[in-house]
Amino acid sequence: MPAIISVRNLGKTYANGFTALDDVSLDIEEGEILALLGPNGAGKTTLISVICGLVQPTAGTVTVGGHDIRSEYRAARALIGLVPQEITIEPFEKVIATTRFSRGLFGKAPDEAHLEQVLRALSLWDKKDTRNRELSGGMKRRVLIAKALSHEPRILFLDEPTAGVDVNLRKDMWALVRRLRDDGVTIILTTHYIEEAEQMADRIGVIDKGRLLLVEDKDRLMRKLGRKRLVIELQAPLTSVPDALARYNLTVERDGHALAYDYDTQADRTGIAHLLSDLAQAGLSVRDLETTESSLEQVFLSLVEENA
Amino acid sequence: MNWQAIRAIYVFEMARTFRTIAQSIVSPVLSTVLYFVVFGAAIGGRIESVEGISYGAFIVPGLIMLTLLQQAVTNASFGIYFPKFIGTIYELLSAPMSFVEIVIGYVGAAATKALMIALIILATSTLFVDLQILHPVWMVTFLVLTAVSFALLGFIIGIWAGNFEQLQLIPLLIITPLVFLGGSFYSVSMLPPAWQTITHFNPVLYLISGFRWSFFGVADVPVGISIAAITVFLALCLTVIWLIFRTGWRLRQ
Ligand SMILES: Nc1ncnc2c1ncn2[C@@H]1O[C@H](COP(=O)(O)OP(=O)(O)OP(=O)(O)O)[C@@H](O)[C@H]1O
Ligand SMILES: [Mg+2]
Repeated sequence: MPAIISVRNLGKTYANGFTALDDVSLDIEEGEILALLGPNGAGKTTLISVICGLVQPTAGTVTVGGHDIRSEYRAARALIGLVPQEITIEPFEKVIATTRFSRGLFGKAPDEAHLEQVLRALSLWDKKDTRNRELSGGMKRRVLIAKALSHEPRILFLDEPTAGVDVNLRKDMWALVRRLRDDGVTIILTTHYIEEAEQMADRIGVIDKGRLLLVEDKDRLMRKLGRKRLVIELQAPLTSVPDALARYNLTVERDGHALAYDYDTQADRTGIAHLLSDLAQAGLSVRDLETTESSLEQVFLSLVEENA
Repeated sequence: MNWQAIRAIYVFEMARTFRTIAQSIVSPVLSTVLYFVVFGAAIGGRIESVEGISYGAFIVPGLIMLTLLQQAVTNASFGIYFPKFIGTIYELLSAPMSFVEIVIGYVGAAATKALMIALIILATSTLFVDLQILHPVWMVTFLVLTAVSFALLGFIIGIWAGNFEQLQLIPLLIITPLVFLGGSFYSVSMLPPAWQTITHFNPVLYLISGFRWSFFGVADVPVGISIAAITVFLALCLTVIWLIFRTGWRLRQ
């Protein structure tokens, strides 16, 4: 499948000399939901801002729908809806007027029926004649989403859409995102909540200190997460796995003082009971046992630590 | 050209104007009436006429220009400064539109509002004095050119300004004095020779002089020079706008 967004060797050094993006390359496929994870200051917003035309890159190229974001910025930007991280909204305007304005800016002819549909989907229709400053924070965030959807974008950027949003609204937003994806909209969201990335995303990217550390299919990541590792510490060191235990796919660890066994917690039989009795039969005495579980959180933390 | 975007900005800005229409109109009209009372009645009682025109009528073009300049500059500067200030400018910068379209939208709306108020003041003036307009086409030309060029200047100020003080600084510190010293309320020929020379460095003099000529057929400087001056000023503003556009100055990081 062709990439709808293609980022190549992207770099951004701000005027003060700070490098916020360092050689980032990334392909985003049409129709997928990509979650970008990363600690504060990682460069998530900067990456989005470059793609959307708010920040000028200092290195590399980006194409959106095959259009270069600089030389063909009109065609590129027309495809994109952006919901910024900060709530920025015209305080004195009415909800419907702000939404209409956004549609016009993106070159679309007026279409009140579409605006109504968007506002209804976000439970904002009964607020359409309310002035923005009279809305609650969660409602304002929904107005920002309505503005971004007003011009029927094929790509939607959601920069921390659920920050400061209550549980119900968060669920509504996830449902909306799934509906949009079903309509073929490509969605890129950033979040600090790993749970959110797990729930929503098709793929997960991890950014830290301006570098893209990993982009991987979520299911594959989850399969890694579904695995446990049993480490068997031995009384006497080994040099290799005894033949009697060959079928277990063990590895020798800690200079022969331990054997490690990777297994799938989801499987019907983990094989642990057999392994332990076979160990005893092979005459190996066990000093200690420990299991470790990898979670997305751990993958994330260890990636970020490695990058430190 | 993204005409939908220009339209969206224009409509949005005009809606803002009409939302605050009372204060937009009341204050310039009120100050015009005050000028008539103070200058027209108090001074006009002593100065019978200037170059054959009653003093009350003589100051009308200057009064209109004063308001036109102030309105064009403040509306355009505020129009673009406010989105910058509250952060909604992200939407303009991420939209599939060029800087030229942003300028047309904001400057067009600011100039329209300034022209509307200028016409209201013109109408108000007829309640106080008898007016003749010898060259109506030129009068409208001067009005439109002035409104557009000073709205452009206002737009530049709005992009440049980092806070509200800076936003108000230039209209307050430069434009109002230039209008007052540009022959709004007197003919330059009434000044001592040294001051006459200095006054000729004031660009607003050429505007007011040309504008007054379109009413009464008398001018401080030849009309051709007035038109040249406003054209040069317009070109200057467009150049600065173009430079901002090329460099993304104060807009994109
Ligand atoms: N205009 C700027 N000038 C200089 N440095 C900047 C500018 N904008 C952002 N930065 C720096 O770039 C880095 C990345 O910022 P960015 O906003 O992209 O992070 P983020 O991943 O979105 O973080 P968060 O999760 O807190 O939103 C930060 O260290 C930030 O201080
Ligand atoms: Mg951010």
